Amino acid sequence: MSILDKHKAIETNASLLLILSFLVVSIGGLVQIVPLFYLENTIEKVEGMRPYTPLELTGRDIYIREGCSNCHSQMIRPMRDEVERYGHYSLAAESMYDHPFQWGSKRTGPDLARVGDRYSDAWHVDHLKDPQSVVPESIMPKYGFLMNQQLDGKYIGDLMATHRFVGVPYTDEMLENAVADFKAQADPDSNYDGLQERYAKTSVRNFDDRPGVSEMDALVAYLQVLGTMVDFSTFQPVASR
Amino acid sequence: MSKKSMRHQEGDPNTTGHSWDGIEEFDNPMPRWWLWSFYACIAFAAVYSVLYPAWPLIHGATPGLLGASTRADVAVEIQEFADRNGPIRQKLVDAELAQIPNDPELSGYARNAGAAVFRTWCAQCHGSGAAGVQASGYPNLLDDDWLWGGSMEAIHTTISHGIRNTTDDDARQSEMPRFGVDDMLDKTQIADVVQYVRQISGQEHDAALATAGATVFADNCAACHGDDGKGNRDLGAPNLTDAIWLYGGDVADLTHTVTYSRAGVMPNWNTRLSEADIRAVTTYVHGLGGGE
Repeated sequence: MSILDKHKAIETNASLLLILSFLVVSIGGLVQIVPLFYLENTIEKVEGMRPYTPLELTGRDIYIREGCSNCHSQMIRPMRDEVERYGHYSLAAESMYDHPFQWGSKRTGPDLARVGDRYSDAWHVDHLKDPQSVVPESIMPKYGFLMNQQLDGKYIGDLMATHRFVGVPYTDEMLENAVADFKAQADPDSNYDGLQERYAKTSVRNFDDRPGVSEMDALVAYLQVLGTMVDFSTFQPVASR
Repeated sequence: MSKKSMRHQEGDPNTTGHSWDGIEEFDNPMPRWWLWSFYACIAFAAVYSVLYPAWPLIHGATPGLLGASTRADVAVEIQEFADRNGPIRQKLVDAELAQIPNDPELSGYARNAGAAVFRTWCAQCHGSGAAGVQASGYPNLLDDDWLWGGSMEAIHTTISHGIRNTTDDDARQSEMPRFGVDDMLDKTQIADVVQYVRQISGQEHDAALATAGATVFADNCAACHGDDGKGNRDLGAPNLTDAIWLYGGDVADLTHTVTYSRAGVMPNWNTRLSEADIRAVTTYVHGLGGGE
């Protein structure tokens, strides 16, 4: 019992108490967190994932700014009813370029993890402008003002560099062409070959059907790519994961 | 208040020996129920960590003796329903499309299953009652006015491959020119042809302008919408002589349509829904009232 007798020394020495408390909490945290970075069954690799294009990344920022995750999750759980309604359950790797991820846990509205390509661009624009015009029972607020906010993509390179800093594999070429790619994706008349070379399977459309790049373009571009990168017709889930 | 001393007295349990300004701390034993609950929790955790995935090792976590896996569970659950519905769904896939509505057993299943599919995947655009959104470009599926055809085969193709999307090479494609924006018609010609379209659809119109518009129509619009304006389903060109308007039939809406064109997009569902689901929702839509 000699070590327990030393308790008084810890309790009467604030600095020692602080250091030892920190040590204990650190061990607890490390044991929980560190394995997630190296265990093979938590870092399952999937084919098809690519970093967001500059326009999609901007749309993602608008999604975060408007607090979409307060009502919409982006995590389809492995349950039959969810899979029937939303599609294949979400994989951890599908959020690998999300910093931070948008899984959320509040579902006032539906899950959006696989909303990409599920509706037309025009539907998204109509729905964001006036949700009740297409879904009368919806309680979602109106986001028509996004149409009026024009974007020049001035800081998109900085944003991408920051994402690269935290681990998203943006190449130097992607950073150099950030502004050009940003504008090209919302303009089908532009030369977007470079964009599609840098970012596989990128849709180039005038998402809001108006000239210029608006916040609506960016947000719809982001929504339309959600959950579409992984080809689930070739994906074989490993049951132990 | 009595002046009973809080100090350690004869018969009291032990104190911890801590003393601050004369305040001492009893060292009473923990309540038994609490202590045993605590021990039980520790025992539970030990057993749990053996039965379920728990301890991180070099390559993976211990799988646990029960082999618990939510992925395996959901696969089993989905398979269970797939097995239960398997025979009738296989029959649905094997059946001749056009014959499904005539088979009471098949159509009964298909309409109910199709209604569920419709409410999950289609209602957002076409409305929960399938009436579409009038004048906003989301077609009403209850009437017998079809853009691309209302037979079982036509509906099946539309649902499978969609319309004007970029994700399916077999999607139905057609493109109305932007007559105004691309300077194919000037403002007068557009005003004329709008009056002509109002004339053939039996609406109020300016007869003089409509006469001039007839020539514009014959030269520019008849190729797709037909000489009589009754449309062409091969091109998804709407019938302009009826009272049903996908984007509105008043002068402002028609002028906008001719000037900027319209091009509604529908996703392809062959990558999200199984063939049986597509056939079920085809039967459901076909049975809403306008099926041919």
